[in-house]
Parts: sequence; C-alpha cells; structure tokens
Amino acid sequence: MLQVNSLKKNYGALQAVDGVTFCASDGETIGLLGPNGAGKTTTVSIIAGLLSPTSGEVLINGRPLSGDTDPVKRKIGLVPQDLALYDEMSALDNLSFFGALYDLSGAPLTRAIAEALDLVGLADRAKDKVGTFSGGMKRRLNLAAALLHDPQILLLDEPTVGVDPQSRNAIFDNLEVLKSRGKTLIYTTHYMEEAERLCDRLVIIDHGKVIADDTLPNLYQLLPVTNVLAIELADPPDAPLLLGLKALPQVEAAESQGRVLKIGIRHLSEDTPAILQWLVMEGHPYTHLANERASLETVFLNLTGRSLRDS
Amino acid sequence: MITPLVALVRRDLRLFFSDQRSVLMSFLAPIVIASFFGYVFGGSGGKTETSKIPVLIVDQDGSDISRQIASGLTADKNLEVKVVSSESAKELVRKGKATVAILLPKEFGANAAKALFTSDGKPEIDFFYDPSHRMEMGMAQGILTGQVMQTVSKEMFGGATGQKMASDALARVEQSQGLDKASKSTISDLLRSVEKFNNENAKAKVDGKPVSSGGFTTPYQVREEAVTSGTSVEYNGYAHSFGGMGIQFILFMGIDVGIGVLLQRQRGLWKRLRAAPISKTLLLSARVISAAIIALVILTVIFTFARIVFGVRIEGSMLGFVGICLAFSLMTATFGLLIAALGKTPEAARGLSVFVTLLLVMLGGAWVPAFIFPQWLQTVTKFVPTRWAMDGLDAMTWRGLGVDAALGPIAVLLGFALLFGAVAVHQFRWEAEG
Repeated sequence: MLQVNSLKKNYGALQAVDGVTFCASDGETIGLLGPNGAGKTTTVSIIAGLLSPTSGEVLINGRPLSGDTDPVKRKIGLVPQDLALYDEMSALDNLSFFGALYDLSGAPLTRAIAEALDLVGLADRAKDKVGTFSGGMKRRLNLAAALLHDPQILLLDEPTVGVDPQSRNAIFDNLEVLKSRGKTLIYTTHYMEEAERLCDRLVIIDHGKVIADDTLPNLYQLLPVTNVLAIELADPPDAPLLLGLKALPQVEAAESQGRVLKIGIRHLSEDTPAILQWLVMEGHPYTHLANERASLETVFLNLTGRSLRDS
Repeated sequence: MITPLVALVRRDLRLFFSDQRSVLMSFLAPIVIASFFGYVFGGSGGKTETSKIPVLIVDQDGSDISRQIASGLTADKNLEVKVVSSESAKELVRKGKATVAILLPKEFGANAAKALFTSDGKPEIDFFYDPSHRMEMGMAQGILTGQVMQTVSKEMFGGATGQKMASDALARVEQSQGLDKASKSTISDLLRSVEKFNNENAKAKVDGKPVSSGGFTTPYQVREEAVTSGTSVEYNGYAHSFGGMGIQFILFMGIDVGIGVLLQRQRGLWKRLRAAPISKTLLLSARVISAAIIALVILTVIFTFARIVFGVRIEGSMLGFVGICLAFSLMTATFGLLIAALGKTPEAARGLSVFVTLLLVMLGGAWVPAFIFPQWLQTVTKFVPTRWAMDGLDAMTWRGLGVDAALGPIAVLLGFALLFGAVAVHQFRWEAEG
C-alpha cells in the first residue's frame, strides 16, 4: 500500500507541490490528473525517491524510504516520461543493464527480460538496437524496463506521450494485464480519456494542490448534469416551450441553439423517455436525438473554472 | 552491489566503443597528430632533417672579403644562402621567400678591416628581416658576426691585402681623435707587429718556406651529445609527442564522460538510475572506473603504436610509467565528473570544458615544451596537472629515469584527482529534476 501524506516541494518561492495527500491500495489504479506544470511529475519523483520533499512523507507498506539503497525501492518501478533508454544498445542489452541495477543476474534476469518483452510484445525485436525502434515501440520498452524486478507499485509518468493510437492501445492493454496481476498503478496524465479508461480513482491536481480525489462516478456527481441531450426539432423551439421544459422535474437545464434543444439531465435512462414523450404530446416532434456525456474535462472545468487543455 | 557496478562499467565501455566518432577521436586522432609533431620536433634518433633558414646576400662590395663571407655563410649547415640583387632582396623578404636579407655595402671589406681597431668609420650592414621570424633573425645575425670576424681578421693576418689593411689601419689609428696617446701607442705597436708578421710571411712565401696562417678563429670547438637514458640511446621525439597527444585526447574523453552524465539527465536516464536501489558512491565510482579503463586503453594503444612504428621505448621504470598512466587516468575521470557537476547543460558544458582542456594541454607542454615559456609561466604550470603528467611520461620514456622520478608526478596527479573528485561530489546535483 502506498500512502502519500501532505507532500510539499518548494523551489525557492515556487511551490511545485502543496500538501498532496492520497493513498493507493494493492491492485488499485490511481490517475494523477492535471494540466502541465500542475505538480504531477514532481509528486511521482518524490514517491520514487528522486526528489526529497520539503515536508510530508511517502510510506510504502507503512515504511518511509530511507536512503538510496533502501530495499523498499525494489517495490517501486518507475516509467519516466522521457524515453529513458540507450538508443545505441539493443533492447536486450538495455533490459539486462536496467535489471542488473536491481541486482538481477543469471537465470532470474533472463527470465525477467523474457517476461517483460513478452508482455510488451517486443520479444522478436530483442536483439535490435533501440535506435531503430518506432516511438510506440520505445514507449513499450520504456515500460518493460520498469517491470524487470517485479515491483508492486508502478509509477507511470505520462507513458503514452507522443505515440500513435495503435501503440497507445497496446500500452493500455499491457497496463490492464498488470492491473489484473494485482499491481498498483499510479498513472499521471493530462489526457482525460486515458484516465477514464484505466483508473479506479482519480486524484486531480492543480497548482500543486489536490482539488479532488474520488472514483469516476462520484466525480461526475459533482457536476450539475451528467448528460446533455441534443434534440433536433422540426421547427425552432419558442420561449413557452423552453419554459415548459424547464418546469419538468427531470430537466436540470435547457437552452436552444437554432432547431436544437440542449437539455441537461442527471439520469439518462430514467429521464429521457419522459422528456421525449412530453415533446411529442406538446406537438414538437423530434427529427434527431443525441446524447453528450459529461467528461472529466467537464469535471475539471467545473472544479477550476478553467479548461484542462487551456491550463 | 557488484552486479550493478559491473553493469554500470560495462555500459560505459560498451557505449564508448560503439561510438565510432569517440573511437576515432580517441585513438586515430592522437596517433596521427603525435606522428606529425614527433616528426617535426626531431623524429626518431634526431634523423629528421631540420629546415634551414633562408638567407639572401646582396654583395655590393665584390671584394675578396665579402665573397669569403658569402661563401662562409653558404657553408653553414643552418643556412640556405642565395646571392641576389639589392632590388629583389627586400621584396623577397616581404613575400616570405626568405627570412633575412644581408646587404654588404661597397668598400665593406676595406672599411671593416680599418674599423677593427678603432670605432671610427664602421661600415653598416643592412639587415632586412621577416618580423614573424625574429628568433631566426637573431640566429642568422650571430652566424654572420662570427663569419665577418673570422674573414676580416684572417685577411688582416696574411691575406692578399693584409699589408695594405694593416698600413691603412695604422694610419687611421695615428690620426684618430677618439684615442688617447697611450692607447694610440699600444695599438700602433700591435699593428706594426702585424705589418712585421705579414712582411715575414711574404718573404717566406717568396723563399718557398712554410707560411703561418693568421686571423681570429672561434677559440673553442663544440662536442655535441644528446643526454638521454643512455650513451647509446638516441633521443626519440615521438616519445614526447605521443605522451602529449595521449594526454590531450584522454582529456577530451574526460569531457565526454562529463557530458555523458549531463545527457543522461537530459534523456531521463538519470531518473531511472536514481530510482534503483544503488548508492551515489557506486554511481560515481562506476563512472570513474570506466573512464579510467578507457584512458588506460587509449594510452596503451597509442604507446604500443609508437613502440612498433617509431621505436618509442619505456627507457625508464615501467612501474613508474604504469603508475603515471593510472594516476593520470584517475585524474581525467574525476575531471569528467567535475564537468558533470558544474555543467548545467551538455551544450554549455562542452564549449567551456573544451576551452579549459586546451588550456591545460597547452600549459602542460603537450604541444610545445614548457621550457620556451617565460619564467613566470613556467612557475605557473607547476600548478597544472598536465605539466606533471607530461614531465612524468618524458621521465619514464626517453629520459630513462627510475621509479623515484615518477613518485612526484603520481602524487600530484592523485592529489588533483582527489581535489576534482571532492569538488564534483560536493557540487553534484543529485536530485533528478521533477
């Protein structure tokens, strides 16, 4: 179990991390979500022992890291945001080297390398120089290098930056396998869709502070609406229609954009039939219906008043 | 902890030897440049022909004396003499075709003889020289002085015009206003003796008797002996040049060690290394060990080449030679760490460290021997580690000194290694940037 308690990290006057607290149980996937510069990488670096916190502590199974050679470090695997690999060496040589840093040698090292390459689907390229790999393959090898010593906690710092959708999916598949093996994943990203797909719980960080820490459904509950129905009518809606709609108990908000009605609701399956029926009964048949689901983007916007991608 | 240490050292060696540019720069470049410098600065056994000073002579006098002077200069092994007209002499010097042009004026021979005993009416020799060859000009002037003294005095003492020269000189001394009565009397007696000597020689010549040769000559003879490791061992210029270039390119390798650490930071590899359960000491030690091994390999390869191709031998203590190589290798490794500790980015660190390295190499006497430096600069270079490495390698190679001569350089180099290492550890940014 990983516990992060009131972490602070100052660089002079700049407060990069300001009281970050969260915990992760075995087998749980935590998404550290926030815009660039929010303090995600600094938090991960402190957890990995790369940076000393100004204050606060990181506990792994109830024990803090004590020194560079603390065996507790073996419980952590770090996948840095940069492609931390030697282009001049083969994939096999890279993994041999990184495994040896954890005192692995001989048969256990060979086995660990084979398993890691197998997982990321690079076994057939083991002897090729990393410099000849595509960006996506390097990302997968970057992940494999952190798995050799079989860590319980994996720190993944934006592990899909700059890869094509196919490679991103491959990495997601790898992570889902690791999750199924009971590994704890700490996943930093500023891509909402990644967090939504992978994470059990989300810790949203902004300006070094945790502004939300909850499951995805609970975070959606913070929003005034969870779905927006877009209903296209045969004729443009008039003011009495909008007033009537807003009076319905299922409707949280309603506005018109040309011939399209935008109606905010909380429960899609329960609220939609009643609204559609009311429209037909009032003489406003619809020609097209679509649902826009609220996203983490909306959650971030709701929490900070700023769009995540513009931050 | 052995497994990570071996892995770190192996990684460095693998990366170094897989980089063709590094290998080329570290092995081929010092060999090529040292071969060139070694040839230029004396070659093997002093067999390399040294270049002669190109000298022009304008003989406006055309006397026996001026012709003898020209022929004496031509015979000198250090000069390459051409007789030219006065019009072309200056132009040829200006164009760099000759270092010096010597103009012997009309009546030079007669006037030089007359001025031998008085300071009045000395003839002037015009000396046109290339200002970029000031040292050679001084050398040519010295050779000319000796030649003129020898030729003029020889003509005075028994030459074809010797009797007339002596009579003219006697008349000039007696008329001289610059000499006091006593001096006049003494010099006149001397010149009368010369007249008498010349008359006796002329009579002896007529009678077919042996004639005494006269004139001043250099009152000594030089017996040259290059002091090397033994009487039968000749100086090998390649020993110094290979030592010097070895030092230079090993220091360049040291720069790459430091830049390598900075690149690791930039590429995120440093994070991975620091995340592993290994100590700072182990991380740095591995760098020092791998750099020292590479430095030793470079020294071994280039000195083996020098041995096979140019016959460079370790004439002194092999133990001392190995000790100096080891100490210098360690110093280079810590020098690399210092660059890594003080450098902010690879780009910024490279420029500055190349400049510092070139300074170290230059002041250490790896390019040109330190003895040509001004005295104050020679004193300063005692605080430069490369000077000690250079002196140590010279001592163990061509000077053929014992292990005791290596102890000083080894101690100083290890001292610098400790100093660089301590500063590097103190200044090292251990934290990986967030």
